[in-house]
Amino acid sequence: MNQEDLKEIAEKQKEANAPFEHNIHVCVAASCLSSHSDQVMTALDQEVKKRGLEQCCKVKGVGCMGLCAAGPLVSSGNNEKMFQNVTAMDAAAIVDNVVDEKPAPAAIVLDSKLPFFRGQKKIVLENCGEIDPEKIEDYIAVGGYEALFHALTSMTPAQVIEQISKSGLRGRGGAGFPTGLKWSTVAKAPGTKGKYVICNADEGDPGAFMDRSVLESDPHRILEGMAIAAYAVGANKGYIYCRAEYPLAVKRLKDAIKQAEKLGVLGNEVCDTRFSFRVEVRLGAGAFVCGEETALIASIEGNRGTPRPRPPFPAQSGLWGTPTLINNVETFANIAPIVRNGGDWFAGIGTEKSKGTKVFALAGRVTNTGLIEVPMGVSLREIVYKLGGGIPDGRKFKAVQTGGPSGGCIPEQYLDMAVDYESLASVGSIMGSGGMIVMDDSSCMVDVAKYFMDFCMSESCGKCVPCRVGTAHMYDLLAKITNGTASQEDLAMLERIAEVVKFTSLCGLGQTSPNPVFSTLRYFRDEYLNHIERKSCGAGVCSQPKAAGVGA
Amino acid sequence: MSPASVEIKTLKIDGRDVGAREDQTILEVALENGIYIPTLCHLEGLTEIGACRICLVEVKGTPKLLPACVTRVQEGMEVMVNSERLQNYRKVIVELLFSERNHICSVCVSNGHCDLQSMAQKLGITHISVPYRHPHMPVDASHERYINDHNRCILCTRCVRVCHEIEGAHTWDVTGRGSQAKVITDLNTAWGESDTCTSCGKCVQVCPTGALSEKGKSVSEMSKRRQFLPYLTLMREGRP
Repeated sequence: MNQEDLKEIAEKQKEANAPFEHNIHVCVAASCLSSHSDQVMTALDQEVKKRGLEQCCKVKGVGCMGLCAAGPLVSSGNNEKMFQNVTAMDAAAIVDNVVDEKPAPAAIVLDSKLPFFRGQKKIVLENCGEIDPEKIEDYIAVGGYEALFHALTSMTPAQVIEQISKSGLRGRGGAGFPTGLKWSTVAKAPGTKGKYVICNADEGDPGAFMDRSVLESDPHRILEGMAIAAYAVGANKGYIYCRAEYPLAVKRLKDAIKQAEKLGVLGNEVCDTRFSFRVEVRLGAGAFVCGEETALIASIEGNRGTPRPRPPFPAQSGLWGTPTLINNVETFANIAPIVRNGGDWFAGIGTEKSKGTKVFALAGRVTNTGLIEVPMGVSLREIVYKLGGGIPDGRKFKAVQTGGPSGGCIPEQYLDMAVDYESLASVGSIMGSGGMIVMDDSSCMVDVAKYFMDFCMSESCGKCVPCRVGTAHMYDLLAKITNGTASQEDLAMLERIAEVVKFTSLCGLGQTSPNPVFSTLRYFRDEYLNHIERKSCGAGVCSQPKAAGVGA
Repeated sequence: MSPASVEIKTLKIDGRDVGAREDQTILEVALENGIYIPTLCHLEGLTEIGACRICLVEVKGTPKLLPACVTRVQEGMEVMVNSERLQNYRKVIVELLFSERNHICSVCVSNGHCDLQSMAQKLGITHISVPYRHPHMPVDASHERYINDHNRCILCTRCVRVCHEIEGAHTWDVTGRGSQAKVITDLNTAWGESDTCTSCGKCVQVCPTGALSEKGKSVSEMSKRRQFLPYLTLMREGRP
């Protein structure tokens, strides 16, 4: 495989696509599949064949189009026409509309000019909804693997790292560590026993599905990003650590690896150069803590997935004691475009300290739930009201929870704040991997804190004392507050334990687990006091006061 | 590492100037200089895991608290091992341990010989302010010579480490997450039915509490013999 071969494949695929005057794209990512988009696709295929339109109308399975709430989604390519809540019965109407311009039933027409679609800027998700995630040729036809080829043949590893540093890209897994700096650290680490590149696809935050969607919609993008990273840091082996709860993502990744190795863009002598890179998928058994890099490494090594104190950091001593680069799915998805367009291009998007775009999984009490990608620096209000379409049922906005169990709740007064790493941290929350849960006045904030504490308590690995025991006590105390049996002393105890858990836990899971408690106490302390003093829940969520002693 | 290649660092611990080899931890250097840093999961001769968080110290210029047992010394480091904040956190952590399972000293075989108990005394803990959780934990008395009482276990994994690293049997391990975590023998079978246990008793001797004990011991009769461990480790490493 050389550059000419790559071009030839791209041309061939473009030619193969050209004769089709009409395209019908059906979302085959997990969310739409779960509402039977596979049946829709079969029905559309049959309808096209029945009418003898196979030569001019192509039905294609594609990745996530974003507005998951309205799935299954169908589009006419380039999202000119879009259809929502489609069933197999709608196949004829859709073909009528796309091919013969007949009006489609109002119930399935989705306005593709909605701010939800128009307000986005797509880099990571640029191929989602456009290409067939199961076909490498489709990826190559939109410029796939060109960046890898370019890096391998006309850039030195140092030049690749320079572009990544220049881009200002920060880790999209949550902590926001500068990616270029991480890469250069691993590149500089002496790796006499080899080095590794790991893709952290252990997404587990409640309400988050960004990584899953990217993996299901554009798996080659991740492989290309990893290969470029491996070349830059001097690794020849990579692992994708993906949770077993994502079977479709795992299947598409494995298929993509096979296709890429067959074409020679992965494996030995990648693209006819001296660089070799093999990738394996490793399944996580579903432990939230395995998203923490040292626990993830332990899990890949076949040990119990528990974190260890850092330093040494994985960049110095990671998988099997060798220098290891770990980046999140979304971080790797940004690499190919940066190499293709240059670091300066990427640095021109976003805010001063947070460059590029961010993918968010918009969920909760908002009209348009789904997957969005926006430039860093847009306001929360824009996300919730413009893209998200506001709060349904005429209810009132209360808070937006970002960053999952490690994050916090942001109240209304900060709705106009720009979304970037620093601003979110300044109001007691974090970017996290990009889960965003909108809450209205029907949510009780103590109950929300209890929900996240329940999650952290069950997901604590049990290794260090403050996280293992502290989270359990915090959950018990929150349960006491919500069931109306708590006193002021219990609240003081909650704050005391929360502080200890935050400052003494071994890894990020424990250190950040009190964040939902801190942020709800900071902005909604009156709700806590209401439960304790008046034994009532303003939102009507928590159970009525019970007799004393009915604790957790 | 040959002695010639080891660099010497100077640092301050609680205001005192101390010298250390670059491969030493803050804990080792502190102990050498008679500066007390409380520990629970640490035991000389076993690998450090930094899990109990009792030995956390403050290092000037670092916002995070660092476990003394795994943190290597650095030139010019200024370490505080006994600030009010640390004392407060240590008390809460020990209280959390007491509240987690059943640690009623008066009926324990290790009463008077227990690391957790003496830690509480040293830290001045007179009562536990957090509510006891009292989970239901079975006692495994299936082994002919030893007893495993999970109710007294603090999950320091000294037993797991000594069995793996010194005895080489790896009979012990941990199962479950969070407060469901517990030490197990083999693949969670009864200790008495273990195919791998050599009955050497090292796990019992390194256990800090009354969780692992010898059969036939009554209240306060189970004292542990740990002196063998540094010796065995030295012999293993072939060091003089």
